[in-house]
Amino acid sequence: MLRSLLSDDLPGNRILAIVLLLILIGLAFAPFLFPGTRSLNVAAKVCVFIVLVASYDLLLGYTGIVSFAHTMFFGIGGYGIAILLAKSGADWTSVGLGTAVALVISVVLAFAIGLFSLRVKAIFFAMITLAVATAFAILASQLSWLTGGEDGLNFRVPEILRPSFSPFEDRVLGVNINGRIITYYLIFCVGAAMFLAMLRIVNSPFGKVLQAIRENDFRAEALGYRTVVYRTVASCLGAAFATMAGVLYALWLRYNGPDTTLSFNIMMDILLMVVIGGMGTLYGAVVGATLFIIAQNYLQDLMGAASQSLQGLPLLPDLLHPDRWLLWLGVLFVLSVYSFPVGIVGKLRQLGGAARR
Amino acid sequence: MASMADTAKNEDGAALGRPKADFLPALLVPALALVALPLVFDLPAWITLTVAGLAMGLMIFIMASGLTLVFGLMDVLNFGHGAFISLGAFVGTVILLPLSGWTTADSFWLNMAAVVPAILVAMAVSGAVGYAFERVIITPVYGQHLKQILITMGGLIVAEQLIHVIWGPDQIPLTRPTTFRGAFIFGDVAIEKFRLIAVAIGLLVFVAMYMVLNRTRVGLLIRAGVENGEMVEALGYRIRRLFVGVFVAGSALAGLGGVMWALYQETVTAAMGMQVMVLIFIVIIIGGLGSVGGCFIGAMLVGLVANYTGFLAPKLALGSNILLMVLILLWRPQGLYPVARR
Repeated sequence: MLRSLLSDDLPGNRILAIVLLLILIGLAFAPFLFPGTRSLNVAAKVCVFIVLVASYDLLLGYTGIVSFAHTMFFGIGGYGIAILLAKSGADWTSVGLGTAVALVISVVLAFAIGLFSLRVKAIFFAMITLAVATAFAILASQLSWLTGGEDGLNFRVPEILRPSFSPFEDRVLGVNINGRIITYYLIFCVGAAMFLAMLRIVNSPFGKVLQAIRENDFRAEALGYRTVVYRTVASCLGAAFATMAGVLYALWLRYNGPDTTLSFNIMMDILLMVVIGGMGTLYGAVVGATLFIIAQNYLQDLMGAASQSLQGLPLLPDLLHPDRWLLWLGVLFVLSVYSFPVGIVGKLRQLGGAARR
Repeated sequence: MASMADTAKNEDGAALGRPKADFLPALLVPALALVALPLVFDLPAWITLTVAGLAMGLMIFIMASGLTLVFGLMDVLNFGHGAFISLGAFVGTVILLPLSGWTTADSFWLNMAAVVPAILVAMAVSGAVGYAFERVIITPVYGQHLKQILITMGGLIVAEQLIHVIWGPDQIPLTRPTTFRGAFIFGDVAIEKFRLIAVAIGLLVFVAMYMVLNRTRVGLLIRAGVENGEMVEALGYRIRRLFVGVFVAGSALAGLGGVMWALYQETVTAAMGMQVMVLIFIVIIIGGLGSVGGCFIGAMLVGLVANYTGFLAPKLALGSNILLMVLILLWRPQGLYPVARR
């Protein structure tokens, strides 16, 4: 049962299994284990980014394509439902329609970019996607009648997802169930379903071909696989999942704007999460996203304290300033590309493999 | 530039059966300007826009030329190039801000006395940091494109954060020196002074680069290395050393471009390098990865298109560059001057 749910791709290492289980339990019971707005925000963000990062891993880790347009698809999802919900009323039809339209736009765009530039080298594709994504971000901030420009769009969500909605009179397990918690569980369930779907994809024959292309595209081509087609399909799939992640994120924030979904910083964050967690395994996305977002939210407090205690020394307080948390993750990123390109998860799996042998 | 080299050595070229010089891309620049003339429909405005476009193009060329050579020579694409642009700009402020007495003086020579050292120091610092960057970040990942992209991205993140550590998180306002402000007015034509200075410096860099590449032994080796690196190595030259030199020079030029761009925008932020990088990538893709001549023409085209559309349809300004890139790639999928090896 579990085996088929995970598409026969088990963690393969005891420590990793425990970590993943802890993350799963933590996310599944987040509203009860960690009550409070801030921690629920963190948990929802983790759910969304696990999907987003896993969909990016589909491209980077499994197929070996570097795209910088992933936030564009993330943003299309967010804007899709933001525009529909803001302009045509807060009901489920708008949510469904917005999601559908966003998915279609994303897949068509990904298809066009793929056909146009996936024939050539990885570097070329990286640059083209970077340029297209930037143009899209500028477009989104310019078309203010549609997207709200730099300010973005605030919108109302369907009744049952609103904070004021509460189905039960009493508290459940000491927590007042309201629309926010329902939204959280919606995100959690859809996110989990999409994660399992991606796991299924990468462990299918199709996924194996993608890995073959990553390892040696010339040979894959020689074996008779049309690599351009496979790459393009992979990039469309990645775009579709990223769009869904954008939809979920916008639903959670009840807002979408250039800074929350389109900015280049988010692209960097995704890259950091994939690489630190481990490329080429979807569990890496789980570990990477969780670690990164917890660091983003809580490392700063820690660094603030450290910076305070080192007051008076030269340079050190500045290096440990709470706003410099990205510096340390950047260093970790560079080190992990050098010394363990397989990331945390890959490292753990290697350890597990060695022990069994 | 490959084509210009071809014409210079036409006699040997014919004997070796080289392809004819390819002037078509170079003609694109005047053609574009002529097409824009009826669209803008206002001669003085057109002249202003054209000069502005050429100035912007030359500034981008300064920043992009190093990157494209590095790619052509060693097949290394440095996504962290933007960090050197930001670094140059910040180092420039270190010199320019304390010298504000000179920059605010109403004398061209006093202004230059502040700007020239700022540029030189910025170039020296970014060149030195470029050397360290090459040694620490890029050397271990030769020949692995995926890792190169990731690692130079990581280098960019770290470099941006370090800039924040050193210069603080805020953007630094930087006013142009007094005599660089304002515009020359000829009748109805207004030409910003700073643009002219940018054109002058840009042309200087281009000519210097052209001379080095075509009239010196090192330049000969660099061109040969771009064309066929293995053969140059087989003849006994250490292409790695050449490459380090080009990388350092490219980083120094990025620093120079950073100072220019900072004076042009009049603010300095750590993210500015990454913002310009998008334009730079478009330029080097248009030019054909690795070709300096293509990069030059690409930069001109991008600068002109950005300024014309900025005037005609401001909202399309950046989209227009993407469109330009798509059109050129449809015409020549490898860029204007494809480098032979790829």
